[in-house]
Amino acid sequence: MSEPMNEAMSEQGERKQRYVKRSRTVAARTLGDETMIMSALDSSLFTLNETASAIWNAADGVTPLEQIVEQRVCADFAVETEEAMRDAEELVNNLAQHGILMVSDSPIGEAV
Amino acid sequence: MTATAERLTADIGIGGMTVRLHVPDEAFLRMVEDRYAGFPGSGDDAECDFDIELLPERPTEIDSVGMADRDAEMDPDEDVRVWREGEMWNLTRGDFCAEWNPAERRGRIRQSMNPYSVDCVLRIVHTLALARNGGGFLVHAASAIRNGKAFLFSGVSGAGKTTISRLAPGDATLLTDEISYVRRAGEGYVAYGTPFAGELAEPGANVQAPIDTLFLLAQGPENRITEIASPSEAARALLRNILFFAHDAELVNRVFRAALDFVQRVPVKRLTFMPDERVWELIE
Repeated sequence: MSEPMNEAMSEQGERKQRYVKRSRTVAARTLGDETMIMSALDSSLFTLNETASAIWNAADGVTPLEQIVEQRVCADFAVETEEAMRDAEELVNNLAQHGILMVSDSPIGEAV
Repeated sequence: MTATAERLTADIGIGGMTVRLHVPDEAFLRMVEDRYAGFPGSGDDAECDFDIELLPERPTEIDSVGMADRDAEMDPDEDVRVWREGEMWNLTRGDFCAEWNPAERRGRIRQSMNPYSVDCVLRIVHTLALARNGGGFLVHAASAIRNGKAFLFSGVSGAGKTTISRLAPGDATLLTDEISYVRRAGEGYVAYGTPFAGELAEPGANVQAPIDTLFLLAQGPENRITEIASPSEAARALLRNILFFAHDAELVNRVFRAALDFVQRVPVKRLTFMPDERVWELIE
């Protein structure tokens, strides 16, 4: 489901579209500027900062990650696209490894 | 606790919830009466009835019933395991195995003649019931009432729960030195006394009061109270100390939400203290 960041680029060096979706096996709640997430599978706990929370909240499975970063991170937090994408890739890969975020090269529907 | 010798039942009321135990003999009844003397229940509205069966030193009979099969496999060193099969909750540890069906309010405990097994079952049943009903939890924390307000002192083993309990002044009513019972009430939370004691080996008083503050305990060179940096830090600290045994998605979700709701309604602060009764001058 998740893939190393260097594999997120095509052979031509173009970034592949990736889609992210919040897992249904987690409990999440916003506290101040942060989002706390607990896995219902193993009770592991995660805290997302404001920018990570923006990505998490927009992870609907149908909006490409690049679009989320541009619209929810770069626009609101005054950060360059490349830097924001690097951070976003690292974040989603990390969350995917723990099963709390689904990542795919194609839109993710309810059946996933 | 109320006990009727003819029927060999004992009703134990903790946190406003009654558990009725159908005990196997007089000796077991006396043991339970002694341990939970300050916590009488109301048998008419017991949340659950448990039949207790005494196990021999090592089970020898194996029948086709799943529970008996598990008896035969009981490992004395096994940790607590809690899982659900349909409506039935299964609870096991090295010294007992139990079943509880909340819908039918019935359960069964198989254990040897000791007070610790049923005590563990009670803790688990209360954590499950509080999570099912929403808005409450058991937490590793000492608690006490002072001036009509309850204060919780939370921390892992060695953090100082028993120490701060021992230092409590005469006008403080100790609810527990080990496991605090927390329930949502209106817009806030209430702490109840529990019989679940730690090193103090004394049950708490069977009273309740609105929770004023949750203190995260730390031992240091002086007595002082400091603010917690963020609600999420408070929530993380609380979640680390909440008792929860079952890896059940729905219940994990409920406990998580209860903990986060708690830190948004109740002040959470860090209490650094040295083993000195003057720490209680900060708590009133």
